[in-house]
Amino acid sequence: MNAITPPPAQSQSDDQSAATQAGAVQKSGADLLLDALEEQGVEVIFGYPGGAVLPIYDALDKRGTIKHIMVRHEQGAVHAAEGYARSTGKPGIVLVTSGPGATNAVTGLTDALLDSIPLVCITGQVARPLIGTDAFQECDTIGITRNCTKHNYMVDHADRLAGVVHEAFHIATQGRPGPVLIDIPKDVQFESGSYTAKADAVARPTVAKPLMDDERIAKVVDMLRSARKPVFYTGGGVINAGPRASETLRALAHASNVPVTSTLMGLGAFPASDRQWLGMLGMHGSYEANNAMHDCDLMVCIGARFDDRVTGRLDAFSPGSKKIHIDIDPSSINKNVPVDLPVIGDAGKILAALLQKWQSTEVDSPCDPARLDGWWAEIASWRGKNSFAYAKSDSLIKPQYAVERLYELTKGYDTYITTEVGQHQMWAAQHFHFEEPNRWMTSGGLGTMGYGLPAALGVQEAHPDALVIDIAGDASVQMCIQEMSAAIQYGLPIKIFILNNEYLGMVRQWQELLHDKRYAQSYSASLPDFVKLAEAYGGEGFCAEHPDELDDKIIAMIKSDKPVLFDCRVTKEENVFPMIPSGAAHNDMLLGGAVTGEEISAAGKVLV
Amino acid sequence: MSDTPNDNAPSQSVYPVSSGDPAIYECILAAIVDNEPGVLARVVGLISARGYNIESLTVAETDVMKHRSRITIVTSGTATKISQIKAQLERLVPVRRVIDVTAESDAIERELALVKVEGSGEQRLEAMRVADIFRARPIDITHNSFVFEVTGTRDKVNAFIDLMRPLGLVENSRTGVLSIRRGAEAN
Ligand SMILES: Cc1ncc(C[n+]2csc(CCOP(=O)(O)OP(=O)(O)O)c2C)c(N)n1
Ligand SMILES: [Mg+2]
Repeated sequence: MNAITPPPAQSQSDDQSAATQAGAVQKSGADLLLDALEEQGVEVIFGYPGGAVLPIYDALDKRGTIKHIMVRHEQGAVHAAEGYARSTGKPGIVLVTSGPGATNAVTGLTDALLDSIPLVCITGQVARPLIGTDAFQECDTIGITRNCTKHNYMVDHADRLAGVVHEAFHIATQGRPGPVLIDIPKDVQFESGSYTAKADAVARPTVAKPLMDDERIAKVVDMLRSARKPVFYTGGGVINAGPRASETLRALAHASNVPVTSTLMGLGAFPASDRQWLGMLGMHGSYEANNAMHDCDLMVCIGARFDDRVTGRLDAFSPGSKKIHIDIDPSSINKNVPVDLPVIGDAGKILAALLQKWQSTEVDSPCDPARLDGWWAEIASWRGKNSFAYAKSDSLIKPQYAVERLYELTKGYDTYITTEVGQHQMWAAQHFHFEEPNRWMTSGGLGTMGYGLPAALGVQEAHPDALVIDIAGDASVQMCIQEMSAAIQYGLPIKIFILNNEYLGMVRQWQELLHDKRYAQSYSASLPDFVKLAEAYGGEGFCAEHPDELDDKIIAMIKSDKPVLFDCRVTKEENVFPMIPSGAAHNDMLLGGAVTGEEISAAGKVLV
Repeated sequence: MSDTPNDNAPSQSVYPVSSGDPAIYECILAAIVDNEPGVLARVVGLISARGYNIESLTVAETDVMKHRSRITIVTSGTATKISQIKAQLERLVPVRRVIDVTAESDAIERELALVKVEGSGEQRLEAMRVADIFRARPIDITHNSFVFEVTGTRDKVNAFIDLMRPLGLVENSRTGVLSIRRGAEAN
């Protein structure tokens, strides 16, 4: 068996002839893998070593061409790669060992699948002759991850390895993005084989036949022109389609004067400061966004998927509207809500076609701009409810106030926000406002506590000079807190801003509303001293208990060049409002104030 | 714009939907897939994970050169559900194409069954007569038993098995449904 040889200096990605020439050269599987990653332009890997990936680590170390961030738990590696991917638009790369390394990655892979995040995850596997023998650290990684990846591979020979890697990148990034896993037995990492260049690799299609014909585009524009109560309901698909898609969305919205709302996943695609912005929709969305969804006569869904957090009760979902669904994934069409006109394809391309058609039609026959006056007046009256308002306090820090101050004080900075999962996540979505796409990273589909801290790590790695803040909860933050150690090791000064309510707050809120205030196991007892904890890791800790000290401490946090844990002691029993209770309709929202629990039907209580 | 049916969709959402009773029908889907390890597990896993009905599933390699297999799935649901199953199958990377065979009026359907019958005397003769009418071949014969091979549509196979029940049916084994288009054209 060939020893691992360092690659000849010229076998780099940009040199086509060198890459082809390398095809004849025999190299170890580990080197073939790294050649392929290099050709794909990989700059950083988030990973954790172990027996079944040692040849890869060895080769990685010898070359020094790709940076490696050693996390402290494989779940952290996947979330970090997700943060990297979501803030850059590039795929995130993960490398973990067999058995426990792979199983620890499962939560992250599922998270990436549900939020359509492009990842390539490489796992080591026991040597081929040992597969199926319950060998040490063997697990059926392919079987376990089949349903939590977009696709996965077991590489049975070193000759196939590079080709598989290239196809994996293709699948992860094309069509609806998602995580792809490559399982490489240890003996394949040692085995010699020849390289397949990206240009020669098989790349099976992952994009469905587009239904984006001119006729459909014209039909959408027609419907938009005659609508009197239109709304754009946008989602993560617009972000995934790249920054140009967000620009085009803005241009189309402005040209057509249609109000825009977005899912949790889509925040930032449309600027929060725009007069046409309605705020987020859904369970904890704004009054104006949900009422506009309910009362509209034309709903144009762009890159969103009628998720249950968004629709509420389906038989009362936007009863009077025609619905257009623009999506890259045909299986999203009619899955939850039947639509009148599907348009399949990349959100950016479809938006561009719509804008062009809109503009050219306007030249010949401009539509009456006054037709939307009544609609905008209705929206203004809903806005008047000021549904994100909360009771202010002089002596206690309200969690909403803390997010507001964080937003105001970070305005001048190049800021990226990640979150954990819970009430704080919703307050962040409501009170931190985004002007640009790729600035907001949150676990939407899976709702993974523990996502935000490692995701921040990945974002900071991609944007070393940016201000990266994880808006966290006291419970969630402890699920991947170990990555503070990685933050210190790699000099990634992430800021973890904990809205500490000493509760699993979102659980407590549901227990208050649905279970007669029986707070079973939702008190966050025995919390660590977060300031000392930060210091123990080698970072900096802050604690704010009074509104008067909040600003100064936030400023100190921003100025710190170290990773920070910020213990922001907020009021403990605050609830997130507005709220569409489970099983209720969009126009049946609970606003803040006196809410008793009576509002939730018996049928609603069984829902998640 | 008739690509996707828009009837009262039974929703998969956790929220209740009140809808009429959309018609449920049976449907044969043929998936042309790359014959690579795990492809069957992917298809079966998807069907069970999403809670789809499945009545039969057959698979075998049909193109050795291209390493393609044909998986024939008999399922049932509303039109919306079936287009959802089709769309979900099409998302799988090794699935090249999914054909709704039932949607094509000129599709042929066949199933093969092996049917074991035990008996003697008049019963045995009657089993032989019925088999003859169904053009079922006895492929194993002892003094007191037959194994018949019968081919046909599912209805025909069902009918044959039903008739054999009072005549000493012991057990049966079925391939599940296969299907193909009539005429010279390929799918
Ligand atoms: C891994 C995981 N386990 C459990 C849950 C259920 N869950 C949702 S929110 C929540 C409480 C979160 O508490 P905290 O992080 O303090 O946030 P808060 O709601 O108090 O702001 C829990 C347990 C989850 N989303 N993820
Ligand atoms: Mg909490």
